Parts: sequence; structure tokens; C-alpha cells
Amino acid sequence: MREALFNLTWLIPLFPLLAFALIILWTHPSRKWSTWVAWIGIGLAWLLGWTMFFLSWGDIHHLTPPEGNHPVPLWALPTGGSVLKIGFQIDTLTALMLFMVPFVCLMIFVYSKGYMGYGTEHPDPRYSRFFAYISLFACGMLGLVVSDNLLTLFIFWEIMGLCSYLLIGFWYDKSYPDPNRITPRQAGLKAFLTTRVGDVIMLIGLLLLYSQVGSLSFKDVFSQETLHMLAEQELWMPIFGTAPVATVIAILIFGGAVGKSAQFPLHVWLPDAMEGPTPVSALIHAATMVSAGVYLVARCFPLFMAVPLDHGGVQLAVVAFIGAFTALAASTIALAQNDVKRVLAYSTISQLGYMIAALGIGAYVAAVFHLITHAFFKALLFLGSGSVIHGVEHGHHKIAHGHHDHEEGHFDPNDMMNMGGLMNKMPRTAWTFIIGGGALAGIVPLAGFWSKDEILAHAWHEFQHTQHFGTFWPLFVWLLLTVAAALTAFYTARQICLTFLGEPRTEAARHAHESPPSMTWPLMILAFFAVILGLFGTPWANQYHELVGEAFAATPFDPFVAGLSTVLAVGGAVCGWLVYGRAPLRAGQVDPLKRWLGPVHGVLENKYYVDELYRLIVIRPVLRLAELCAKFDYDWVINRLVNTIGQLSIRTAERLGGLDLAVVDGTVNLVGRAARGLSTLSNTVDLKGVDGAVNGIGHVVKAGGRQMRTLQSGWVQDYLLLAVTMAIILLGFMLLVLPILR
Amino acid sequence: MGISHVLFILFSVLILGGGVMVVTRRNLVQAAGALILTLFGVAGLYVLLEAGFLAAVQILIYIGAIAILIIFAVMLTRRLADEQEPGLNSQWAWALGTAVMALAILVIVIQGTWPLAGGVVGNAPPLTGDSTSRLGVALLSPEQYAFPFEVASVLLLSAMLGAIVIAREKRH
Amino acid sequence: MVPLSWYLMVSAALFCLGIFGVLARRNAVAILMGTELMLNAANINLVAFWRHLRPDVMSGQVFTLMVFVVAAAEAAVGLALCIAIYSSRGTVVVEDMDLLKG
Repeated sequence: MREALFNLTWLIPLFPLLAFALIILWTHPSRKWSTWVAWIGIGLAWLLGWTMFFLSWGDIHHLTPPEGNHPVPLWALPTGGSVLKIGFQIDTLTALMLFMVPFVCLMIFVYSKGYMGYGTEHPDPRYSRFFAYISLFACGMLGLVVSDNLLTLFIFWEIMGLCSYLLIGFWYDKSYPDPNRITPRQAGLKAFLTTRVGDVIMLIGLLLLYSQVGSLSFKDVFSQETLHMLAEQELWMPIFGTAPVATVIAILIFGGAVGKSAQFPLHVWLPDAMEGPTPVSALIHAATMVSAGVYLVARCFPLFMAVPLDHGGVQLAVVAFIGAFTALAASTIALAQNDVKRVLAYSTISQLGYMIAALGIGAYVAAVFHLITHAFFKALLFLGSGSVIHGVEHGHHKIAHGHHDHEEGHFDPNDMMNMGGLMNKMPRTAWTFIIGGGALAGIVPLAGFWSKDEILAHAWHEFQHTQHFGTFWPLFVWLLLTVAAALTAFYTARQICLTFLGEPRTEAARHAHESPPSMTWPLMILAFFAVILGLFGTPWANQYHELVGEAFAATPFDPFVAGLSTVLAVGGAVCGWLVYGRAPLRAGQVDPLKRWLGPVHGVLENKYYVDELYRLIVIRPVLRLAELCAKFDYDWVINRLVNTIGQLSIRTAERLGGLDLAVVDGTVNLVGRAARGLSTLSNTVDLKGVDGAVNGIGHVVKAGGRQMRTLQSGWVQDYLLLAVTMAIILLGFMLLVLPILR
Repeated sequence: MGISHVLFILFSVLILGGGVMVVTRRNLVQAAGALILTLFGVAGLYVLLEAGFLAAVQILIYIGAIAILIIFAVMLTRRLADEQEPGLNSQWAWALGTAVMALAILVIVIQGTWPLAGGVVGNAPPLTGDSTSRLGVALLSPEQYAFPFEVASVLLLSAMLGAIVIAREKRH
Repeated sequence: MVPLSWYLMVSAALFCLGIFGVLARRNAVAILMGTELMLNAANINLVAFWRHLRPDVMSGQVFTLMVFVVAAAEAAVGLALCIAIYSSRGTVVVEDMDLLKG
């Protein structure tokens, strides 16, 4: 029975994929059918996923290696020298992810129906397409967690990358009056290209791994012998010198996680990804895409642990540093953001930094625990903020319809400064949002407290007692994360106060109303989980540890750390309330934080100018180069040459004309005829000779330009000619030249 | 020089002469006719190679279906001014250079450097049994090519559907 | 018995004629004819190798049949595309199809 069910693992990603295909091929004209198809697809995946989860929970030892790790081989791809085995597997980490991913996705799918305006007067024009894309997205994440090898993992990883591009740029026709504000189209491109940087690094890591091991399945790669072999071998690199192969591969694979999980320095795409519809933000930033990076590191954790720090294994120190740094930096940026979704975006980056940093000091269980709880409460917060935006936008539409308002076109429903006092208008959204905010801030019995506390306790314990990773990194992580925890509580309180407390600061907020039940029900369900999930991970009865942490020692309860983080969380929240809640901001009032922090606030508001830096050192040079190439083609070579010669010819003609006049004026009628003859001659020379020469040169240049432009002519045969010629040259090189060289 | 050599040369002339006409004739109906000549020559080579079934299939499918389909397409898309227009595009010289270069490389490889070229100049091993029935068995036995066979049928079906969908008159 | 290299020579020449046809013809239908030449050249190779190297294994002939199938599918779809383009743009001259021009 159990085996039979585990053999159905491959169905889990298949259901959303089928939903995607069905919607794209057949049901897209009907909103109703598309909604149902998407819901049924993810619903079946959810049922199957939870079945797997509870089966594994019931019998954990059955799933832990060596006899666990149920592989379901599906296909064997011959690749010449070896065979790539592709299949699916269930182990405890996968089972835990299967608890979280399909359920949160289901909630988001249900919510999307209301958010995209089903049944209203103005449903989204691309409603069905939205459901198709999010189904494909869910397929990507589910396939990723059930893969039993890094190759299919990478394929599903890229499917998610594609979907993030499609969904962030979903409203690709939207534009803003402010030219500096990023449009959805640009944001999608930015997300795609930024994560691509990480993906390429990861792909290099996978290739290196494959070249060393000859396999990419987890079972082969993470076996003791392979890890030992990878740790022993050294690799020489041009700049960095020698390092163990395992370290190099681990850092390269971590590059992929940095891109997908939006860690510094590739974090820039995530805040701009807020341009997508809010359910997409929830999907990307809670349940699927960013979790994938953390999941990848957790999945490859044996590889990261292969070389200890004192044997040159710097990989975990890199992970710890990037995670902790990102956690702190992102939480400071979140202090100064006014867009309700951007605050959450930076808090996502910061919380992901928590998980990454936790992995960097070996707190594997705590990181996975935080991944699960964070997915639930962050999905809740995003969906809640979407509900708020939805409400405010409707309020805005209502007044705009009443009297054609001057605010039209300038009103930003995402700006918290345009909100306030929504507690009475949207009570369900407000309460669930406050629960989610409490979980994020780490207020005592809520989910975020337990997971965050376990990370901090582990860091402290590592520093004080075990010291597997030296003393410096655990202390560093602990310090940064503790400060970040206080800041998190502060900005969460600020967000809640600005959004829900006080008086409405705009007419739109005054006319806001509660969202439809299909949006509020998911909020309440997620809020329920945000409350209880942590109770399964208390230090006294840690179910998560029993489930995934067989190989690791449990983190003991530390009253000092728990007390400190509680004090900091409550203190941060109280500070936030004192600043923003006690005397709520009125319309037009300046953020008091801006007054106190002065120029620092400007730096935070502009996200430490990282985007500007990238624009300066990466984007602008690339654009310059492209412009230069275009200029070379059109302006310099062709136009400028033609223009110069044309001007020269005009000058020459003027000179000759002047000579004509001088000759005519200077001589008397006697030589008039001769002069006329001369001038006729010069005129002829001018027209035929000079002009002809100029035109001739012009023609030659134009023809040359035309020849060069054929590179981008748009004619398929031109491209084909180039490709075929190159292929034949390469073939000749391989068949004729290489044997001689050998 | 046995009879097979004479036949081979005959078929080769048919193939290459037809091929040259296919790529140079301005009139596309004539080009399609030359294509049929080429296809006949290829079928002849199959006979020389003792692949009788393939020769039959070549004539049935290639000449009977594909070449006729091409003639249909020529007729359906022909413009009245077709005869006056050049048959080749502006880059034909480059294309010729590429093709000649490819031919030179292939000839050099076949003649000299390629490892198999020296070993099989002589006679081919004798053919045992009926190759057509063995082909049938190979195509339909599950441990050999039954799966590719089925995939091929699916491919044909989808190509047929795709062709219908693409070429259908759009109703506005 | 005709040696293998003769077949290879003929097939190489036919293949290069096909390349030239695909690259140099203006009419899309003529380009399709060029691809047919190339596919036939590949087929000659397959059958010749089958006969001269491994007549005991049928894969050479099976592959040839697969190429037939692919050629038939390609001709059907390609010609349907030609007809669709002709009905929408009034031409099948490839040089006139430059919607992707940079």
C-alpha cells in the first residue's frame, strides 16, 4: 500500500502540468472552466502530497536512509558514455516540502479567483492565462522537490524561472507616469536575467560535479564514498589557487541558490518582482521560487558538509556570511519602504537570509523548519496585502466613478501612505494580517517565534559549546540575526500601524471595503496554520527534528536566547507602535523615521543604491556597447561617410561656381562666349565628374553597408547561410585539421 | 566493370542531373519534375543495395505522395509573373561557395582520412535471408523498433492535424 | 559490387546540391525541395552503410523508414505553411518575408 502510493510520486507535478496544458489548449475561452481545471490540478497534487506526508510522518524510520529514500526510476537516458537515470523520490525533506508547497499553492489558487476579478464587471483580460501560468509554476516547484537527481531538479528550476518571467511581467502593457518606476515588463526581464546569472553559475557547478562523479542522482552524489572522494581531490583555479573539489562545487551550486533565493548580491530582482499580480508575489516569494534556493542548499547539504572549515572548506562560511549579511541589510531597507508589498519583499529577502545563514552554521533542521513556517505566514502576509490593495483600489474606483477625480493616474494603491484606518473597513484581512505580522516578528506562541528562535539558539549553542564551524561564524550569524530580528519586529509593527490603524489618509482608503470570501477564506486558513505550525517545533517536542534531522543533534532549549529574542521582538514591535501607532500619521505627514535618521533614511530608501551601482557598472556598459555596435553600423560607417563626402562635394561645387562668377565678372564681353563655354564645361564636370564620383562612392558605401546589414536582415536564408557555413567550417576543422594536429 | 557498376553510374547521373535541375530551374513545375527523376534514381540505388522494400516505399511515398504534394503546392502558390523572376536569391554565390566547400570536405574525408573508407572498399558481406521480412519483424517486435514505429505514427497524425489547421481558410 | 565510397560520393554530392538549394532558392517550395534532396542523401548513406557494414542488423533500414516518415510530415507541414503564407501575404518568396528584420 505504502509502496504503491510512493510509486505515484511522479503524478504530483503531473497534475498541475496537465491543468496548464488543458487551460492553454482548450478551456481558456471560459474563465469558469479554467478556474476549475487549475483548482482540480493543484487540489489533486495537494491530496497526494499530504497523503505522502502523513504516510512518512507515521513511519519516519521507513524513510530515512539507507532503506528509505524511495526512488521511482522513470527513464534512463543514454548519453554516449554513461546513462542518466531520471526519476522521482520521496524522503523526509521531500515529504515536508510536500506538506507545504501544494497546500500554500492551493490557497493562492483559491485566492486568485477573487483577486483576478472573477465574476465582477472587470475581470482581468488575461484571466485564464494567469491560471495556466500559475499551474505551470506549481508544476515546476513540485517537480523540483520530488526529483531524485540534480538534472531534473535543474530543469524544473528553469521552468520556474520561465514562469516567474511570464508572471512578473503578466501586466506587460502597464506603464507608469513616473519614468523611473520600473514597469512589469522590465521587472520580469530583470528577474529573469538576474536569476540567470545564478543559474549559469549553478550549471557550471553541476557540470563540474558530473565530470567528477559521472552521475547527478542524489543517491550517487551524496554517498559517503563520493563525498569522501570529492573532499580529497583538489582543483586548481587561476585566481583562487587550489581548493577541494567539493568546496568549489558547493559554492557554485550555492550561486544558483543566491540567484533564486534573492540573496546579496543577486537580490535586486525580488523587490521589483512585486510588479506582478499579488498572488504571484505570494507564490514566488512564499511557496515556490525563493524556497527552491533554500531547498537546493538543504538538499545538497551533505556536499556542503563534506569538507570541514579547517581543511580549506570555506563553503559554509560563504553561505553563513551571505545569509547573515543579507538578513540584516534587507531588514534595514524594509524600514524605509512605503510600498506595502515592497516591505514584505525585503522582509522575504531578510527571512531567506535567516535560512541561508542557518544552513551556513549547520542548523539544518532549524532552516527547514523556518522555511516551512515562513512559507505559510509570508503567503498569508502577501495575500493580505493583496487584499488591502484590492480594497483600496476598489475604493479608488468608486470615487473615481463618482466624479472624475483629479487623482486618476497618480494614485498608487500600493502606497501605505495612502492607507490607514482599514481595520474597520476590512476586519478579516486586518486580523489575519496582524497574525501573520506577529508570526513574522516572532511574537511568542506564533509560528515564526519557534523557528527563528531555533536558528538563534543553534547559533548561540554552536558558539558556546560545539564549535564545529569555529567560533567566529556562529557568533557573527547570531549577532546579525538578532539585530535583524529586532528590526523585523519594528518594520512589521510600522506596516500594520500605517495600514490598519488611525484614520484613512485618502478618500480611496475611506471607501475601501472587505474583499470577497474566496480571498478571505484562504487568509483565515493560512492564519490558522501560522498560529499552530510552530507548536510542532518547540524545543521540547520538535517534530521537525524527528522528521528531517535524524543525522543531526537536537538544539537544546536556551532560556537566554529565547528570552532575548522575545524581548527584542516585543520591544521592536512596541517601538514601532510608539512611533506609528500611538499617534497615527495624518495625511501628508512626513514619516518620523525620516526626520530622525536624516540622510541614512535616504540611503535605506534607495536600497543602498545597489540598483544604481549595477546600472553604472553592468547595465550601462552593456547598453553602450550595443549602441556602439549599432552606431558603427548605421551612423559612422554609412551615414557619416556619405554625409562627409556629400558635404565635400557641395563645397567643391560652390568653389567652382564662385570661380565661374569671378571669371564672368572679371572678363569683358569679348571672352563672354569663351567664359560661357568654360562655365558650361565646369558645370558638366561638376555634374558628371564630381557628383558622379560622390554618388559612386556613396553607392559603394551603401552597398557595403547593405552587405554588412544582411547579418540582421530578417531573411531566414541569411541566418541559415551563416549557420551552415560555420557548421561546415567547424566540421572541416574537426575532420581535417584536428587529426593533423593530433 | 560489371552490370551493377553501369547501373550505378546510370542512376547517379539521374540523381545528380535531376538534383542540379531541382536547384537551378526557374520554372518550379520543371524543378518538381526533376525532383521526381532524382527520387527515381535514389530508388534505383536502393535496388542495387538489395533493399527492395525501401525502393518500393521510396517510389510510393516520395514520388507518389511527397513529389505530387510539392507539385500541388507549386500550382496553388504560383504567380503569373513567376517565369520572369530570378530563381536564385542575391546570396547564391555565397551559398554556392558553402556547398562546394562542404563537398570538398566530404570528398577528402571519404577518399582518405576517414577510418572506415579503407576497410570497406571491397565487397559487402553476403545478405542472408529475406531483408523485407526481417525488416517487418524488426519494426513490430517490442524489443526492437515497435516503440519508434508507434511514435512515428503519432508524428504523422500530428503533422496531418497541424497541416490541416495551418492551411485551413480562416473565417473572419 | 559497387564499393561503399561510390555511394558516399553520390550522396555527398546530392547533399551539397540540397544545401545549395536551401540557401539559394527564392521560392519557399523550392527550398522544401532542397531539404528533400538532403534527406534523400542521408537515406542513401544509411542504406549503403547498412548493406556494407551490418546487413545482419536492420537498424539502417528502420532509420531510413523513420526518415521517410519525418520527410512526409515535414513536407505536409511545410507546404501547409507555404499555402498559409501565400494566402496571407500573397507571396512565397522568402526574401519578402522579413518580419523579423532587425
